[in-house]
Amino acid sequence: MPTKQTTILDARAMDRTLRRMADELVELNGGTDDLILVGIQRRGVQLAERLARTIKEREGSEVPRGALDITLYRDDLQTVGPRPVVGPTDLPWELEGKRVVIVDDVLYTGRTVRAALDELADFGRPARIELAVLVDRGGRELPIHADVVGKRIDVAPGGRVDVMVSELDGRDAVVLVPGGDDE
Amino acid sequence: MTSALGKDLLALEPLTPDQIRLILDTAEPFKEISERAIKKVPALRGSTIVNLFFEASTRTRISFEFAEKRLSADTVNVAASGSSVQKGETLVDTARNLEAMRIDMVVIRHGASGAAHFLAQRIESNVINAGDGMHEHPTQGLLDLLTLRDHFGSLDGRRVCIVGDVLHSRVARSNIWGLQKLGAEVAVCGPRSLLPWGIDDFGVTVFRRVEEAIEWAEALNILRLQLERMTAGYIPSLREYNRVFGISRERLDRAPHDILILHPGPMNRGVEIDSDVADGPHSVILDQVTNGVAVRMAVLYLLAGGRPELAEAAKGGGER
Repeated sequence: MPTKQTTILDARAMDRTLRRMADELVELNGGTDDLILVGIQRRGVQLAERLARTIKEREGSEVPRGALDITLYRDDLQTVGPRPVVGPTDLPWELEGKRVVIVDDVLYTGRTVRAALDELADFGRPARIELAVLVDRGGRELPIHADVVGKRIDVAPGGRVDVMVSELDGRDAVVLVPGGDDE
Repeated sequence: MTSALGKDLLALEPLTPDQIRLILDTAEPFKEISERAIKKVPALRGSTIVNLFFEASTRTRISFEFAEKRLSADTVNVAASGSSVQKGETLVDTARNLEAMRIDMVVIRHGASGAAHFLAQRIESNVINAGDGMHEHPTQGLLDLLTLRDHFGSLDGRRVCIVGDVLHSRVARSNIWGLQKLGAEVAVCGPRSLLPWGIDDFGVTVFRRVEEAIEWAEALNILRLQLERMTAGYIPSLREYNRVFGISRERLDRAPHDILILHPGPMNRGVEIDSDVADGPHSVILDQVTNGVAVRMAVLYLLAGGRPELAEAAKGGGER
């Protein structure tokens, strides 16, 4: 485990950020009609849940949620071996003509989003696909950008951004773990 | 180790309980893929898999083929009849020739016990045993475990009885090992002539009468009476077998609780299992078939991984 961590967002800041993101999403889409939030396993699912809750409070409408596990759409299975645990994909909605928002915790190389776009295409043809991320850490390897960003930070390639959500990790926080031997 | 399972899946006996649980846990999300409109994910894109079937099989071969195709692998089916095996080519030569065409995996069904093992030691491709003689049929064992686990939540302490032709059954062996590793209590029941010599060494309870098995068990895995192997006078007649060991509604009605009914197929209705049991409310026989595809996808996926040193380097990697 690395030695020095910096907290980028604590629980209150994270809550504030997510609320703003929810507002931006509604503004960007001119309301909540035809909107579907799809969280990427694992922590994107919880973040999508929070965004939907805020949208419900503000707009009074229930936005459908889905979950996407992109493990089987990764481009590196042959080189790095299977990820041990594949999470559930749960997308019981007709995507035809919908506005789908992919929700993820951290945007880095863009490869996860590339995989998510491929997977969504196998489920249908949405009218539009958008991307909302809690943290954009830079370092893209693909031409992908987010429509709604919670927090932008530049992290050197060795560093790691960990997003924690209370449902899985016991607390809400975003921490920066500087260069270790990971990644 | 090339993957969490090693290079091959040859049997359940050498696996650890954690490895078995990993396969079952991995199979869980694969179920959903078969429910999609587009039943395909690109995980094994570019992999070439040969299904080498030296024995007749419908269910297992098709199940493997679906699993391979739903993971986007390219597949070739080789049956013994109509191939150079008929001209006397040996197993190893057949496999080496296939390997020379740059394949990645071989799924093999063979009448000789140990054939998959033999092959695995001699070729570099991953080998999956789809049934070897009277030895094991690991993916059948796994799909039985998954079906039981779906129903019971956990197999710990559950009582499962395997009924019928245990002697000739590779399904029985894979079941016994798998169930015991996951903590279930296992019994067998069948005519003395169809229980293997030394069955007591397997650590299972042996019931002589099917009524006792029904009173004890929470699930019955009813084996197929292998009619093609019945030339040696193991049982007096099919009718008598049905009368003494056949699972009927009347027998099950006398049980103190509901009993889950499994059968690996193909069924001899009216011999080892009556139709009203096979189609009854406690039958999970078709769930087994559905789970078979998911479990085989999981095995293919887990074996397909690349080089361990890269996996180590990328641990925890991805989008962070």
